[in-house]
Amino acid sequence: ITEVCGAKRVGYFGPAQFYIALKLIAAAQSGFPVRIESIKNELPLPRFMALKNDSEIRYGNPAELHGVKFQVPHATLEKNSYKRTDEGDKQESKSPPMSPICSPPASPSSYQRTPLSYGYGKSRGGLEQQHGAPYEVRHSTHQQDGPSSGNYGAKSTLTCSTLTRSLSAEREPPDSSAHYADDPWRITEEQRDYYVNQFRSLQPDLNSFISGSVAKNFFTKSKLPIPELSHIWELSDVDCDGALTLAEFCAAFHLVVARKNGYQLPETLPETLLPDYLQAASLKPMHDCALFDSYSESLPGSQQTRDFNRTEKTPAEEVPDKSALIQDANKDDKQVLKTSIAIKPIPKEFQHLTVKTVAQESNALKARPRSRSYSSTSIEDAMKKGEEPPTPPPRPQKSHSRASSLDLNKIFQQNAQAVRSGWLPPPPPALPPRPSITQTEQVSEVELHPQMNRPPSQTEENSSTKKEVVLGQPPSKPVRRKFRPETQALENPELSPTINVTSSLPAVKPHLPVQKQSSKQKRAIQTAIRKNKEANAVLARLNSELQQQLKEVHKERIALETQLEQLRPVTVL
Amino acid sequence: QNYPLYIRSVPTENELKFHYTVHTSLDVVDEKISAMGKALVDQRELYLGLLYPTEDYKVYGYVTNSKVKFVMVVDSSNTALRDNEIRSMFRKLHNSYTDIMCNPFYNPGDRIHSRAFDNMVTSMMMQVC
Repeated sequence: ITEVCGAKRVGYFGPAQFYIALKLIAAAQSGFPVRIESIKNELPLPRFMALKNDSEIRYGNPAELHGVKFQVPHATLEKNSYKRTDEGDKQESKSPPMSPICSPPASPSSYQRTPLSYGYGKSRGGLEQQHGAPYEVRHSTHQQDGPSSGNYGAKSTLTCSTLTRSLSAEREPPDSSAHYADDPWRITEEQRDYYVNQFRSLQPDLNSFISGSVAKNFFTKSKLPIPELSHIWELSDVDCDGALTLAEFCAAFHLVVARKNGYQLPETLPETLLPDYLQAASLKPMHDCALFDSYSESLPGSQQTRDFNRTEKTPAEEVPDKSALIQDANKDDKQVLKTSIAIKPIPKEFQHLTVKTVAQESNALKARPRSRSYSSTSIEDAMKKGEEPPTPPPRPQKSHSRASSLDLNKIFQQNAQAVRSGWLPPPPPALPPRPSITQTEQVSEVELHPQMNRPPSQTEENSSTKKEVVLGQPPSKPVRRKFRPETQALENPELSPTINVTSSLPAVKPHLPVQKQSSKQKRAIQTAIRKNKEANAVLARLNSELQQQLKEVHKERIALETQLEQLRPVTVL
Repeated sequence: QNYPLYIRSVPTENELKFHYTVHTSLDVVDEKISAMGKALVDQRELYLGLLYPTEDYKVYGYVTNSKVKFVMVVDSSNTALRDNEIRSMFRKLHNSYTDIMCNPFYNPGDRIHSRAFDNMVTSMMMQVC
């Protein structure tokens, strides 16, 4: 099957290969010969019988193969207990550098078994409630495997990333809800608004920087120990210029919040907190619930590749390589775009599937352990105590967003019908549709909304976000200022969540040619800037030392003058 | 005062010996800086080169414009290390040091606890060993 669907040839399971493979499984299970033509038949969905029984799994089973495949990405992905969600946050820097493409069956079988049994055992319940698309199966194991495979020191492979990318494409809507539900490193809308307001209180111009000292005072108010603040700064000041842009500030703030809520600080900046991601994400929510898989795929895809690039490069080279990173990421965007176009024909199915899988996911979410339980109680308290700046409005939502799926269901039902008291901005169409089977209509309605909203706001956002998205990573200051007039329109849209649309696809695309042209200049400018900054820092210290010397010399001079005064009358006389 | 802001050795046996070497080489560094006098400080002059080869290791020095000294002790048996590589290593160190400086929470003169710096140093050392 692997060979027939083309995975062996390309070396990984892209979405196309995966779908074909699943179809072939169904064909095989129905007794049809495994050939390309078989997929044209009307086939019942493949049954993954092995899921019910651990022992059955061990038998070479096409289901196992596929199970393996999406186990492996999870194993790699879920190294960090934070990264419980599937799509957006993939390879953290912790995961070892990705080995080159390997076809899934080649992955070591030993740890396949364990994730399989564990994951499948859990998913059994979920599965039984579901009839239907193979995607659901995948999603259920997807979800439940997350927490279980937290300890797998996986060998991440490109396969996995592409695989998850393909999965992400389909499941973007429910996954974004999963993201919001599980990912402590992803900034929700309310949080984002709050951060933006805080930024504004420190620095009225959203497109300019907060200087280091101002930021220092501000973050010191959060009463975290200085070494931790220092680390947070290191993580969030991506371009190491001693100042925070809006995106960097949001990332830093988010890290502070997370730390106050008990999360350990990561070693490197999580993908969802990267400045360029954040700037795209300022409009992200709309795109999350988009049915345009091309959109959804391109962004997580590009994020993955960016992160992929990130993990490949050693921290030492991180900074100088960033410019290269951007270009790589953008090139990857292009490639991802191409693959994503292939997926477009399937959106309709996904509407259905996403809803169902979303329901599946809600069951899956129940199975998830840990942070959820304490998050709801502690977050609100910790935040309110921690921050002297005005009471954080979004806190209550944060706890809810982390709450178990049941809460989510309630939330959305209520929100669909009436605004709940404790819930500030009612989840606009921008928020991903939360899991709920009964919400099918509302969900699809909600999903339609973003589509409609997107065209009008596209034009608005296009110019502004484009520039920000691309320039997010080591921003070269002069270039940024040039684009400022265009980004002024950005301020309003950021406020009203409903208009938050990510036109990531059109945004990235038209920007790519521009990007390539300016990339070389940018690189040159960036290296020049680095050198200048270095020199600046050095000169500043030298300056202070010289000042001290000057003072000392002054003192000596004064001393000498007084001596002279005393001596003079003697000679005169 | 010449107190260490950051000190690290790989492998960890004989660590004390390396610490001692570094400390004694500080004298040589001071000597070289004072010899420069009022010369215009320039990127090239920051690199002091081989301070002195003793026994089975070599010591390289580098000083920044703010009188922060980097001293590196390497095994003489490691013949693969060329001057250029040493220079690039010092440059990386300097870059990381400026990054640390940019952090408003870092007080100049404190010991360096930055994880990014640690990672950079580790990777460099791994590269050499």
